Amino acid sequence: MTRPLIVDWTACEGRGLCADLLPEVLTQDRWGYPQNRHPGPILVPDELEGPARQAVRMCPRLALRLESA
Amino acid sequence: MTMTAMTPAPGLKMPPEGARLFAAADPSQATHLATYGIIPDVTPAQLLEQVRMSGLTGRGGAGFPTARKLEAVTSGSKGPAVVVANGAEGEPASRKDAELLRRAPHLVIDGIEVAARITGAQEAYAYVRAEVVPDLRQALAERRPTVKITVVAATDTFVSGQETAVVSRLNEGPALPRFSRHRIFQRGIGDRATLVQNVETLAHLGLIARYGGVWFASAGTPESTGTFLTTVHPVTEPLTTAPTVWEAAHGLSLRQLISPAAGRPVEELQAVLIGGYHGTWVPLPAALDAPLSRAGLEQYGADLGAGVLVPLASTACGLELTASIVAYLARQSAQQCGPCQFGLPELAQNFTALATGRVGRGGVEAVRQSAGLVENRGACKHPDGTTRLVRSALRVFEKDVTLHQYGRCLARIGEPYGGAR
Repeated sequence: MTRPLIVDWTACEGRGLCADLLPEVLTQDRWGYPQNRHPGPILVPDELEGPARQAVRMCPRLALRLESA
Repeated sequence: MTMTAMTPAPGLKMPPEGARLFAAADPSQATHLATYGIIPDVTPAQLLEQVRMSGLTGRGGAGFPTARKLEAVTSGSKGPAVVVANGAEGEPASRKDAELLRRAPHLVIDGIEVAARITGAQEAYAYVRAEVVPDLRQALAERRPTVKITVVAATDTFVSGQETAVVSRLNEGPALPRFSRHRIFQRGIGDRATLVQNVETLAHLGLIARYGGVWFASAGTPESTGTFLTTVHPVTEPLTTAPTVWEAAHGLSLRQLISPAAGRPVEELQAVLIGGYHGTWVPLPAALDAPLSRAGLEQYGADLGAGVLVPLASTACGLELTASIVAYLARQSAQQCGPCQFGLPELAQNFTALATGRVGRGGVEAVRQSAGLVENRGACKHPDGTTRLVRSALRVFEKDVTLHQYGRCLARIGEPYGGAR
């Protein structure tokens, strides 16, 4: 099972915390904004739900949201 | 075919043959009523059923089924819903919404009233290009609308017509796309369920309420029903400011629509941009007889969008024109989302380098990479629409892309060294 991770791109300032907390899913583009490691929508597998929730909670811009599957 | 699925009401005129939206000779209410008659008094449920049968889809560009949108607003509404007629037409190559509001403002107002009846809205907004505000105001002064309609002049920017930008503006904010945790049909203006419909979609609704869904579907093709407004550009470069707006039935061929304005044999054209700046290049003469419908354009990865057609002569460079459009689109970024703000200028720069033959074989790869960096990474469809245009240009002008990598150009192949710089 996977859950979509939604980025509010208007709020995101590319601080990079999410990519640090969820490196299996996210990397950073050359401007510092989170980039999906795979093409298409950002999907978080069940086993990474913990780190994903932490990324959502700790995002300094409150720009992340984990949707229910 | 002039069948109607409804019982004709007293005062209802027979539906016009041929032109539908443009059937009236002038924009006055008297001519409007003499042409179309009055709207029969039927229930909201009956109206919705006719819309469902009509197969009408949104004419703003996204092509979403209108009945489903109406249902979403109706069921997602706790209090009274709000109807928005979107005539912002931020797309610079499109003129059809302004032309419709000039020629048939009463049909648009009819559509607003019908949409309000279906969704239970008591309040509506008409968000239209500043130049047609007087036309709409004059039409409103001629009648007593059944719903309160506020006319607002749209901001003259490319993204001003995006649904979330329209709602933001009508909520007294800037006309910029917004990221929302809710869908607009659930919470839009004043947090109420909001129906945003293109003005042309609403005008069709005004006719469906009179003549029914079966009548509507008697024009067009089985999967692309009815007529649509199209902005057809003559073959000129740069883009003309005086294109022609036609009302055409879905299923007509590209040849039929482009020929009258081309000013030259259509076989001499190399491509046509369908759908506008966020649209798709389609190869010519290969696609000349493609029917303008969802099925007819599918094999070219294109759809009609808001109905813009820009034909390109074989003596013009498609890559150069695309580069200038991409540069424009990069400037039109709302500067809210990083990937779009930084990525589109880079994409424009890379595409311009390719189009001017200033890069070697890495040029295409650089364009593809920067396109990949903006796709799906924004609060609105601006980045995705731009990459759609770019990818279709690389596909349709493939041979020219190869030549440009050697500093040459297909359009200038007759010149010494093929236009090498």
